[in-house]
Amino acid sequence: MSASGAAATEQYDYDIVKRFSVMAVVWAVVGMFVGVYIASELAWPFLNFDSPYLSFGRFRPVHTGAVIFGFGGSALFATSYYVVQRTCQTRLFAPGLVTFTFWGWQSIIVLAALSYVTGYSQGREYAEMEWPIDLLIEVVWVAYMIVYIGTLMMRKQPHIYVANWFYVSFILATALLHTFNNIAVPVDLFTLKSYSLFSGPQDAMVQWWYGHNAVGFFLTAAFLGMMYYFVPKHAGRPIYSYRLSIVHFWALSFMYMWVGTHHLHWTALPDWASTLGATFSIMLLLPSWGGMINGIMTLSGAWDKLRTDPIMRFMIVALSFYGMSTFEGPLMSLKDVNALSHYTDWTVGHVHSGALGWVAMISFGALYHMIPRLWKTEMYSVKLINLHFWLATIGVLLYVTAMWISGISQGLMWRAFDDFGNLQYSFVESVAAMHPFYAMRAIGGMFYLAGMILMAYNVYMTIRQGVAEAANMRERSAAVV
Amino acid sequence: MGFKHENVETNAGVLLVLTMMAISVGGLVEIAPLFFIQDTMENVEGVRPYTPLESRGRDIYIREGCYTCHSQMIRPFRDEQLRYGHYSLAAESKYDHPFQWGSKRTGPDLARVGGKYSNEWHVQHLIQPTSVVPESVMPNYQWLMTSDLDISDVGARLRALRTTGVPYSANDEEYQRNVKQFGESVAKTLHIPNAAQNLVAQAQDGNFDGDRSSVSEMDALVAYLQVLGTMVDFSKIKPEDLVKYR
Repeated sequence: MSASGAAATEQYDYDIVKRFSVMAVVWAVVGMFVGVYIASELAWPFLNFDSPYLSFGRFRPVHTGAVIFGFGGSALFATSYYVVQRTCQTRLFAPGLVTFTFWGWQSIIVLAALSYVTGYSQGREYAEMEWPIDLLIEVVWVAYMIVYIGTLMMRKQPHIYVANWFYVSFILATALLHTFNNIAVPVDLFTLKSYSLFSGPQDAMVQWWYGHNAVGFFLTAAFLGMMYYFVPKHAGRPIYSYRLSIVHFWALSFMYMWVGTHHLHWTALPDWASTLGATFSIMLLLPSWGGMINGIMTLSGAWDKLRTDPIMRFMIVALSFYGMSTFEGPLMSLKDVNALSHYTDWTVGHVHSGALGWVAMISFGALYHMIPRLWKTEMYSVKLINLHFWLATIGVLLYVTAMWISGISQGLMWRAFDDFGNLQYSFVESVAAMHPFYAMRAIGGMFYLAGMILMAYNVYMTIRQGVAEAANMRERSAAVV
Repeated sequence: MGFKHENVETNAGVLLVLTMMAISVGGLVEIAPLFFIQDTMENVEGVRPYTPLESRGRDIYIREGCYTCHSQMIRPFRDEQLRYGHYSLAAESKYDHPFQWGSKRTGPDLARVGGKYSNEWHVQHLIQPTSVVPESVMPNYQWLMTSDLDISDVGARLRALRTTGVPYSANDEEYQRNVKQFGESVAKTLHIPNAAQNLVAQAQDGNFDGDRSSVSEMDALVAYLQVLGTMVDFSKIKPEDLVKYR
């Protein structure tokens, strides 16, 4: 690839990939910083500073928005545009729309964050954006869909590579979920405020159908697409089992859409619906582990890379966390376990083992693989990647362990009875008991953020180096002429 | 059968259609019936739409992101019954656009917080939670006390809710329907043309924030908190009548 450096620039549209890659790193730093901040607010409440703009309730969606849609979204745009071009051996369809998806998506993230701190929220988790922002998302997403499918249509390869199936499934599902979960009636055309069309149990059903599939498609299927390209590519080996990837894809796409109701066990949602959700959650273990095995086994015969290559280590640890949290998920969807775990920090821990362990780590792996290739250079420092890996791993472990302990303690304290059959603890006793674990969680987050800042520095230096090398090259070729 | 997966892999259209089918089934099967099956929602007496003041309080509850730490959904367990009261019914949130069941209890459930504490307690607690609950990690919300409630668009807000299906009345015919369904005194509070007037009257009458000189955001939020979970009179309902709705 490096041999045909100049030709490759023309062959593929890398500018858009570069932009989204840089923004992925920027949003990761911002989003994780806000995450550490709100985690610290729970441990040390004075950090709310009596300010409406900094208070936990308004700041929390800023965190989830910046990490899921800012970091996750930008990483997905970057990698999907990279993967679809390289596997189809063609440039992106409709360059104007491509640029629009970049500016559109970035403004969505900024507008959403501003609207939350100033007090505009739909009050729906992970879909807090009010209706004008939702409409913008809709438009950007349709543009993305046109670009992606158009590029697939123009492919010079007869086969559509498996990574693209996952990206397609993610794009379609996100469109579907976003549209139906945000049907709302605005107060009037000049205010941001709106009211959801649905109410009560129907609204809860729609929201968690969306909420869990934001995890299932935005945060899983799409990142599996990433995995199916970057793991084999970086390992220099073909994917372990092609047949398994077919089963993995169809089973995952079909089953994920059923499981959202496991967020509503024991609520006023009819039992049949949540039972159905639990059933599919348990079945989902099979395709999830199929995918994990497919990814990890791709490395068979090249295991030594785990010792020498921190990028490979990121990818394999990501897959291990994917396996871990897709085991934990079905476990928590069992009604008896859920009776204890629901409403507690255990859920928060579960989300973060998936988000920090799987989603973010596979993205780090992909970005570290892709960035030097985009700027035609080497990573500035492999040592720093290695350090990032350890900070991130320690950070996740501290975070998840803290949340397991606090979550299970909360669940047990809330349901504890004394010898006379009275509740043993008042609610606030459980709050007080969580303090050390909230502090531990914040510290875990700080480790993770520190690693992220190292990555930002490393990426910055790599880009600088790449730009300088390119300038050198131009000078030299000019001198020859 | 001559079907090969290769046909899917080499034809983008087929891939798109099949994927769309695979991802549509789950949602359809789980969501659509909820709008048609009668047993989804109990038919209990007492549940009514929020008054203009309560509704504005609910807006503030959503604005401040209270749902990120408080649930409004009591599950049918002995400990929750003792701690919070009767388990929540679907009907109790039938006018909640959006629902606020929540997913996390960093603080306690609020589904039946109405009437448990005095207005003074709520005001004190919202201004500085640690002044009444020393171990609390909740932020201070003192600005609710100093911010006047914006009542200019309360009518427009109720009209939007009416569009979603909440039975606020915009004309006399709808008002008469409400009188039949909820009784006259409630029906009056649901009449959109009088919304602002009703809001001020309730704030003056209830004196939720202890200061009658103005209607603050605190008035609205406390009015909302005080009505949570109080609409259904459970002494009039037999538990066995509720079971089939679970």
